[in-house]
Amino acid sequence: MTTPQDSRMAEYWKRNVRLMVILLSIWFVVSYLFGIVLVTPLNAISLGGYKLGFWFAQQGSMYVFVALIFVYAAKMNALDKEFDVHED
Amino acid sequence: MELKTLTFIVVGLTFALYIGIAIWARARTTGDFYVAGKGIHPVANGMATAADWMSAASFISMAGLIAFLGYGGSVFLMGWTGGYVLLAMLLAPYLRKFGKFTVPEFVGDRYYSQTARIVAVICLIVASVTYVIGQMRGIGVAFSRFMEVDFSTGLFTGMTIVFIYAVLGGMKGITYTQIAQYCVLIFAYTIPAIFISLNLTGNPIPQLALGSTMADGSGVYLLDKLDLIVTDLGFREYSTASNGNMLNMFLYTFSLMIGTAGLPHVIIRFFTVPRVKDARYSAGWALVFIAILYTTAPAVGAMARLNLIETIQTGPVGTADGNIQMSETPDWMDRWATTGLLSWEDKNGDGRIQYYDEKGLGDKAAEYGWAGNEMTKVDRDIMVLANPEIANLPNWVIALVAAGGIAAALSTAAGLLLAIASAISHDLLKGVFKPDISEKNELLASRIAMAFAIGVAAYFGLNPPGFAAQVVALAFGLAASSIFPVLMMGIFDKRANSTGAIAGMLVGLGVTLLYIFWFKGWFFVPGTNMLPNNADNWLLGISPEAFGAVGAAFNFVTAFVVSRATKAPPEHIQHLVEDIRVPRGAMGASGH
Repeated sequence: MTTPQDSRMAEYWKRNVRLMVILLSIWFVVSYLFGIVLVTPLNAISLGGYKLGFWFAQQGSMYVFVALIFVYAAKMNALDKEFDVHED
Repeated sequence: MELKTLTFIVVGLTFALYIGIAIWARARTTGDFYVAGKGIHPVANGMATAADWMSAASFISMAGLIAFLGYGGSVFLMGWTGGYVLLAMLLAPYLRKFGKFTVPEFVGDRYYSQTARIVAVICLIVASVTYVIGQMRGIGVAFSRFMEVDFSTGLFTGMTIVFIYAVLGGMKGITYTQIAQYCVLIFAYTIPAIFISLNLTGNPIPQLALGSTMADGSGVYLLDKLDLIVTDLGFREYSTASNGNMLNMFLYTFSLMIGTAGLPHVIIRFFTVPRVKDARYSAGWALVFIAILYTTAPAVGAMARLNLIETIQTGPVGTADGNIQMSETPDWMDRWATTGLLSWEDKNGDGRIQYYDEKGLGDKAAEYGWAGNEMTKVDRDIMVLANPEIANLPNWVIALVAAGGIAAALSTAAGLLLAIASAISHDLLKGVFKPDISEKNELLASRIAMAFAIGVAAYFGLNPPGFAAQVVALAFGLAASSIFPVLMMGIFDKRANSTGAIAGMLVGLGVTLLYIFWFKGWFFVPGTNMLPNNADNWLLGISPEAFGAVGAAFNFVTAFVVSRATKAPPEHIQHLVEDIRVPRGAMGASGH
């Protein structure tokens, strides 16, 4: 039997997974797509003295990774509060 | 002051600092020893994680690898940082909520199986021991190179320091020491990079300098200049040279990412923070501190390559006086020549040195009157260490780089040793053989296990197995193909059961080991490989180092299918999974 509490937790988990899928898609795009698969076409564009594909592979992807983790932490902490499952 | 004296003073001061911290942060309980009492601030834990993660290889070798691989070196940059995104979202918060001390403990509880726990302990010990051997080499090399003592004296000194603070302080002592070590190593890495960036481009920030124009007034971008000069000398173009085919780059990066996320000494760092929320932020801070070094490394690599080439190729390529004269080599070249890591010989007898790629340049070399590449040895590992000398920086900077290299090796070694010691004392002794052991005796046992692990590591440091270089691939392959999938399935697939998990781990591990051994020899014994280790023989051009991702895929599929074909896990396990998915709430199922 599912209780209202159970379905609320299922909703919390669904929202968590959805956020994760969005952020991991960005993670995939900046590193694997921009840094590896599409590196040749992107290299035709330049960013200062960097070729864009090269920049994503050696600089940009890492900046995006850092941002992704902080966005995830902030969004999840807000979600914890919304569903009243935060600690303290 | 003389360089050697200065180095002794700087390294001595950092050691005094580490021991002072150890005495201040003694461990009094097993909780202190394994997870620092779960009281570490997330930013502090992030910094300690960064030091734990960045090894002698990151500090000394990575920039050198990038210098010679160019764009292909990106797999290390993305691979060793992108794993933290996976850790932060897929593992760290849930394992922290689970709230135990070790990785095998989670595996054993979640899959309600001592067998699963023991398989996890074996994977953990093999991955950690192979990894720690490399750190021992790093410590010995840094000592013998900079302080001119012999290798074994250096190794024993380093081991004694680790022994004092790790045995005394456990995770608590290690954590606070790692924070100090991070400060030493990041300072030591960035100061020379800033000076060199300033010299070459006039921009002090290495991350920007790499994309800037040269300071010589030519208006040419640094990377364009580097591309031009390396291709003129027959090398592959720096900014596009690939590391194998696209599939290989893809899988290589992926293997390093999930390997990073599956390395036990990194995972247990997230057990030390007070709350789930802190575990999420802590992964972010860890990556900030790591990225400071990792975004500097490509600049260090490219600039070191340019400096090296311009030191030798002083004028236009192919002109009679375009190369440096044998008698005019700078001091740093002569100093490194004495170590045997850099060497050259005048093959065409013109009294000058030519440095080029024989295959890439082809017939042109003969037109220039060149009779072969004359830089007979350029060891990649000297790039970071020689950097301050190449840029003519003061001696205290060189001394600092020595202290930084040692800090990087010590901090990683200590973290690995703790992971090994806790697997022995907590998972094997308390978990399997002697469940009724008292807390006081367990603490004593973990100290003895730590001392034992240090002894084993020192032994392998002094008598390295012939395959020391290859085993790093093995450590990542193991973590990627066994530990990461089993942890992720444990959290995200409620239906995953013990049969599935054990089958998955064995298949993932088996496939990966088979592929590595096929090309590198059975148990790395030279000459027993089934096919020569080169791209023509690799399956779809996938190198053995990149195969962990394929092993992980086998693990996932096997675990998924077998779990569904066999009985669902008991109800209390399903509740356990529901429990670890939310930050608050009783851990009923695991609270035994």
